[in-house]
Amino acid sequence: MVQKQFYRRRKVCKFCVEKIDSINYKDARLLSQFVPERAKILPRRISGVCSPHQRQLKDAIKKARNIALLPFTTE
Amino acid sequence: MIRKYEIMFIVDPNMPEDEIDQLNAQVEGLVTDGGGQVESIEKLGRKRLAYEIQKHNQGFYVLFTVATDGNVIKEVERRFRVMDSVLRYLTVRIDEAEKKLQKVRAIRQKKSSSASPDSESSAEQSAANGSQ
Repeated sequence: MVQKQFYRRRKVCKFCVEKIDSINYKDARLLSQFVPERAKILPRRISGVCSPHQRQLKDAIKKARNIALLPFTTE
Repeated sequence: MIRKYEIMFIVDPNMPEDEIDQLNAQVEGLVTDGGGQVESIEKLGRKRLAYEIQKHNQGFYVLFTVATDGNVIKEVERRFRVMDSVLRYLTVRIDEAEKKLQKVRAIRQKKSSSASPDSESSAEQSAANGSQ
């Protein structure tokens, strides 16, 4: 049998690893890691964040956008 | 019904500091008159806005932590809408999130204390990180 040539490392949730329980909307530095240049929310399939944390992250980013800590979009 | 809220708002950056203090006192008075309690007032200071609001690129952020009734929040928000100097506000209810967080922390502490004594310190450290 031919072995699989590319072994993709399994992504782990950053928030689980660092034991961050609550994702706060005020922490724009942390949130900005999950909004690439077009200011869209980074999908879980790319970032590897687990679904409970992605849900929290989504809420936090949307709150931060409303109070102008994060952009909705870039021109 | 008393609940815990966080009110964050952005004030016109051209406003002098003492007027911002006046505004804060006004909001504080509004809350205490309504039978609530102001737990903390934090002036987060001048920050760059992520997008332009009413031709402003900067804003002065203020954060209130308040334990009060929902009707008071309604009144505070109504005032904010009327005031020209307040560019944006956001009210978030935090009591339920806090409760959930405590539960998660308790479970983690129980786990780490039963597993090994040295992992406890790392759990404490992360708890400190999480509260930032």
